[in-house]
Amino acid sequence: MNGIELRNVSRWYGNVVAVNDVTMTIGQGITGLLGPNGAGKTTLLNLMAGFLAPSRGELTVGGRPSWRNPEVFRTLGLVPERDSVYAFLTGADFVRSTARLQRLPDPDAAARRAIGMVDMAEAQDRRIATYSKGMRQRIKVAAALVHDPQVLLLDEPFNGMDPRQRLQMMDLLEGMAQRGRTILFSSHILEEVERMSGTIQVIVGGRLAASGDFRAIRRLMTSRPHVFLVRTSADRALGALLIGRPAVTGVELTPRGLQVRTSDFGSFSREIAALCRDGDIRLREVLPSDESLESVFSYLVSA
Amino acid sequence: MSGLVNPVVLRITLRATLGRKRALIFLLVPLVLILITVALKAVATSPVWPAQFLGVFGFSVVLPLTALIIGTSVVGAEIDDGSIIHLLATPVNRTSVVISKFISAAGLKVIFGAVPLYLSAAIARGPAGKLAVGLLAGALVAAVAYNALFVLLSLLTTRAIAVGLLYLLVWEGLLGNLIGGVRVLSIGQYSVSVANSIAKSPELNAHLTLATAIIMPIAVSVAALALASRRLSTFALKGEAV
Repeated sequence: MNGIELRNVSRWYGNVVAVNDVTMTIGQGITGLLGPNGAGKTTLLNLMAGFLAPSRGELTVGGRPSWRNPEVFRTLGLVPERDSVYAFLTGADFVRSTARLQRLPDPDAAARRAIGMVDMAEAQDRRIATYSKGMRQRIKVAAALVHDPQVLLLDEPFNGMDPRQRLQMMDLLEGMAQRGRTILFSSHILEEVERMSGTIQVIVGGRLAASGDFRAIRRLMTSRPHVFLVRTSADRALGALLIGRPAVTGVELTPRGLQVRTSDFGSFSREIAALCRDGDIRLREVLPSDESLESVFSYLVSA
Repeated sequence: MSGLVNPVVLRITLRATLGRKRALIFLLVPLVLILITVALKAVATSPVWPAQFLGVFGFSVVLPLTALIIGTSVVGAEIDDGSIIHLLATPVNRTSVVISKFISAAGLKVIFGAVPLYLSAAIARGPAGKLAVGLLAGALVAAVAYNALFVLLSLLTTRAIAVGLLYLLVWEGLLGNLIGGVRVLSIGQYSVSVANSIAKSPELNAHLTLATAIIMPIAVSVAALALASRRLSTFALKGEAV
């Protein structure tokens, strides 16, 4: 029982439901918690770390409830999103303090090891106030890792990191996952989650929208119907041509241009150029009209 | 007791509290107190001016105000900026967090409240005088009881300073003077009454017996700290704005 278990967990504030009847099991390896901003990711992580009581349902970490149970932090590490570190401490001081609060037998050695893992040895004697956002993020990770926890929760850990730091952090987390740790990180960026592969849990509007293997969910995302707004020199003529193609499932003439619905994004984008050339139609603009992450997510919810 | 005081929490709290701009007020208030004392010593003609001035200004302004600023900043400021999560995301005993925070606040309060008050009384009446010793004893009572109360307040509400001011102005200042019974629940009265038991000065305006003035603040402090640690163990973080 090293993972995180949620059974029908809900959390509401007054009339606002932040987390709605979520059931999930997070086991060994890396799991991405994906969802648009405001979806309830942070609320879920706070519930898991025992900083919120579930309004309903059951939540355990390593088999024990985390609410009102600080002991859970012996095997749990938390990297909060908020950038509120004790800025007057040096990086090394901060991680050592956490090691002492954990009552580790050799706090200095544990701090050195954790700081080395996030590659912050060089900057460890500078005050945190002088750190960049990426460095603060890494020193927070070092503090959360100092007791070598079985379960690590990270809230938007890649925020503010440059691509090199991002890769390094991903390697670090992957290494921990290979050593049998349970790692859950939240993100609103699809590509971050994609790079880390593994399993994902998609949260939209407080509900668990999709859960499982990333590639399967990714396929679901790319095969969803796409809507484009197309502006040409002859909308009606192109519309007639488009409706004859199998990839196109709908065409509508609107004052702003042609609204085209397609079930096959790949063939549509190849065919539209050829159709225009053959029909001698000037293609002015092709605008995806529902490419926002929110629309991807809301599609997943209804799927 | 040693298990209840966490040296890491103590150290971080002291550094955080003294590092904030607010800490300048800690210095400013006692400085003003001592300056006025020196000035009054030069010009005052009434023989009871030290007890009058230090009793009124010291016990109803300097002590409660410094306690309010210090007591609310040791916990409240960390809750406001969110840094408290780094303490709470460890298995550290919640009661020991509260006790350590309280001890740092009370310690700062002794340095920036009780000691300056003693110095002022010493300047006015000599260092071993009854007034100086009495005020010091009273100020120590204030340091303990006020800070326990304000640590609790900053865990109960994000507007701890406003609520604390209301308590001081309305409960202690206004009702305490109008209704006798209120004095039994007034930290200001505990401290002047303890001071008066040594200084024996009617100008201190003390109304409680020594026994009441010793037992009540202990009871109030223990209750406040017990409530505070209960409150901290159910400390909740709100998620994104929902």
